[in-house]
Amino acid sequence: MKAITLKTENGYKKTEQSKRTVWKVFKNQKYLYFMSIPFVLWVFVFQYLPLWGWTMAFQKYRPGVSFFEQKWVGFEHFRTLFQDDHFYQVLRNTLAMSFMGLAAGFIIPVAFALMLNEVRSQVMKRFVQTVSYLPHFVSWVVAAGIVTKMLSTDGGVVNSLLMSLNIIDQPIQFMAQGQWFWGIVTGADIWKETGWNAIIYLAAISGIGPELYEAARVDGASRLRQMWHITLPGIRPTIIVLLIMSIGHLLGTGFEKQFLLGNHLVIDYSEVLDLYALNYGLAMGRYSFGTAINIFNSVISLILLFAANGIFKRFTNESIM
Amino acid sequence: MGTVKSTASAGRMKSKLKSKSPLDRMLEVFVYLSMIVVTVLTIYPFLNVLAISFNDSVDTVRGGITIWPRQFTLRNYEMIFSFSGLITGFKISVLRTVIGTVAGLISGSMLAYTLARREFQARKFISTFLAITMYVSGGLIPGFILMKDLHLINTFAVYILPGLVSAFNVFVIRSFIDGLPYALQESAKLDGANDFTIYWRVILPLCKPALATVALFLAVGQWNSWFDTYLFNGSNESLTTLQYELMKILQSTTTSATNSQDAANMAQRMAQVSPESVKMAITIIVTVPILVVYPFLQKYFVKGMTLGAVKS
Repeated sequence: MKAITLKTENGYKKTEQSKRTVWKVFKNQKYLYFMSIPFVLWVFVFQYLPLWGWTMAFQKYRPGVSFFEQKWVGFEHFRTLFQDDHFYQVLRNTLAMSFMGLAAGFIIPVAFALMLNEVRSQVMKRFVQTVSYLPHFVSWVVAAGIVTKMLSTDGGVVNSLLMSLNIIDQPIQFMAQGQWFWGIVTGADIWKETGWNAIIYLAAISGIGPELYEAARVDGASRLRQMWHITLPGIRPTIIVLLIMSIGHLLGTGFEKQFLLGNHLVIDYSEVLDLYALNYGLAMGRYSFGTAINIFNSVISLILLFAANGIFKRFTNESIM
Repeated sequence: MGTVKSTASAGRMKSKLKSKSPLDRMLEVFVYLSMIVVTVLTIYPFLNVLAISFNDSVDTVRGGITIWPRQFTLRNYEMIFSFSGLITGFKISVLRTVIGTVAGLISGSMLAYTLARREFQARKFISTFLAITMYVSGGLIPGFILMKDLHLINTFAVYILPGLVSAFNVFVIRSFIDGLPYALQESAKLDGANDFTIYWRVILPLCKPALATVALFLAVGQWNSWFDTYLFNGSNESLTTLQYELMKILQSTTTSATNSQDAANMAQRMAQVSPESVKMAITIIVTVPILVVYPFLQKYFVKGMTLGAVKS
C-alpha cells in the first residue's frame, strides 16, 4: 500500500517536473516557434484543409450551405462513377499514359546518364548536359506549342523529314488522330525531362569510387562491361528509390500535357482522371462527383506507393519508408 | 635530350593506356553519335521557332523554314508589343515571379532553419507534417472550393499564397543547413544572439547556394504556371499572365489546324487566328527569360536536386 502511494507520488512529481521543463524549453525556443508556427498554420490551411474537403464526396454538396446542413449520401457518387462507362475509358487513358511515361521516363534517363558518363571530353559533356536541361525549364504551354508545331502538317519538321525520306507520301495529321496521342505525350515528356531526370543518376555515378574502375580495367574489362558491372550496380539504390517515388506519383502525373496537347478530336484518348474531374465535376458544378474522382485517384496512388515500397523492401532491401 | 626521351616514353605509355578494343571504339562512336542526336533533337525545335518568329508571316505559310529566317523582319515582335493584353500579362508574370520567389525564399528558409535546429522540440512533428503534403493532396476540386471560401478567386494573392510553403524546397534548404558546422550557431548563441538573429545574420548569408537553387525552382514555377490563372483568374483580364495568354493563342491554333479539312470555315478561322510567326514570337518572349537565367544557376541546382532527392 505504502509502496503504491510512493509510486504515484513519484510519478506525479515526475510529470510535474517534466511539464515544467517542457515549458522552460518552450520559452527558450520561443523564437523558433515564432518562426515556424505561422508556416505550419499556412500548410494546415492550404494543404490539409482541402483534405477535409473530401467529405464533399459523401455529401450532396451545395455551396454556401454550412457543413452540418449538408445532405449525406454515402457512396452514391462513387457508385455513379463506377457505373459510368466513360470513367473506364478515362482510367484506361490515365493508366496507359502513366505507365508509358514511367517506363520511358525511367529507362531513358538512366541510359542517357550512362552514355553521358562515357563521354571523355569534359567540354562536350558539359555542353550536352546544359543543352539537355533546357526543355525542362520551359513551360508545358511552350513545350506543347513546339510539339504541335513540329508535328504539324504544314511545315512541321517531322512530316517534312518523313516525306523527303519517302517513308510517307502524305503528311500525317499527328495531332488529329487518337492512336498517336499516347505516343505524342510520352515523346514530349521524354524530350522535356530526360536531361533533368538524368541529373540524379549522374550525381550517383560520380559517387562511385574510381578504384572500382581501375580494378576492372586491370582485369581487362571492356568499357561496356564496366558500365554493366560497376556503373549500373553503383546507381542501383538511386534507381530503386526514384522508381518507388515515381510509382507513388503514377496517377498524379497531372493533366497539363493532356490538356495542352489534346483537342476534341482525340478526346477519347487524351482525357485523364484529373481532366475528367475538371470537365465533369468542376465545370458542371458537380463538386461532389469531381471530389469522388480526386479521392479515387489519391487512393490508387497511395496503394501503388505502398505496394511498390513493399515489393522493393522485400526483394532488394531498399525502401523509402 | 633527356627531356625529349622522357616525353617520348610518356607518350608511348599514354598511347598504350589509350589503346582500345574494337568493342570499346564502337561504344565510343555510338556514344558520341547519340550525344549529337540528343543535342540536335533538343535544340532544333527552339531554333526553328526562333527563325519563324523573325520571318515574314506571309512567307512563313509557304513552309520550309529551318533554322534561318528566309525573309527577316521584326514586324511580328512589333505586333506583339502593340497588343495590350500581352503587356498586362507580361507585367503580371514578372510581378508574380518576383513576389512569389522572394516570399517563397523567406518562408522556406525560415522554416528550414527551425527544422535544422537539433534541439527544437517541434522539429519532428513539423517535419512529418510537411512530408505528408508531398504525397497526399486534396485534389483539384477541394482546392478550388477552398480558394473560393477564402475569397481568393480573382485576386493576385491566389498566385502567391497557396504555394508559399513547399515541402520539397524546405527540405532542400534544411539539408544544406545540416551540412554547415553546428558550432557556428552555438558560438553565435554564446555571444548572446537570439535564434532569429542567428538565422538572419549567420545562416542566411551562408545558404546562398541552396537559396539560389530554390529561387530558380520558385521563379521557374511562377513564370511557367498558367493553370492557376485558368482556374481562378481567367475571367479577369487585368490579372491574366503571359503563359495564360500564350495558352489561349496556341489553343486556338490546334483547333484550327485539326479542323483544316473543314474548308468552309477555314478562311474565317484564319482571320481570327493570329499568324504562325506571331505565335512563335510570343513563344520566344515567354521562353527567353528562363533561357537567360538557367545556365548561370546550373551549378547550384544540380547540387540542390541531388540533395533534395536524397533527403526526401
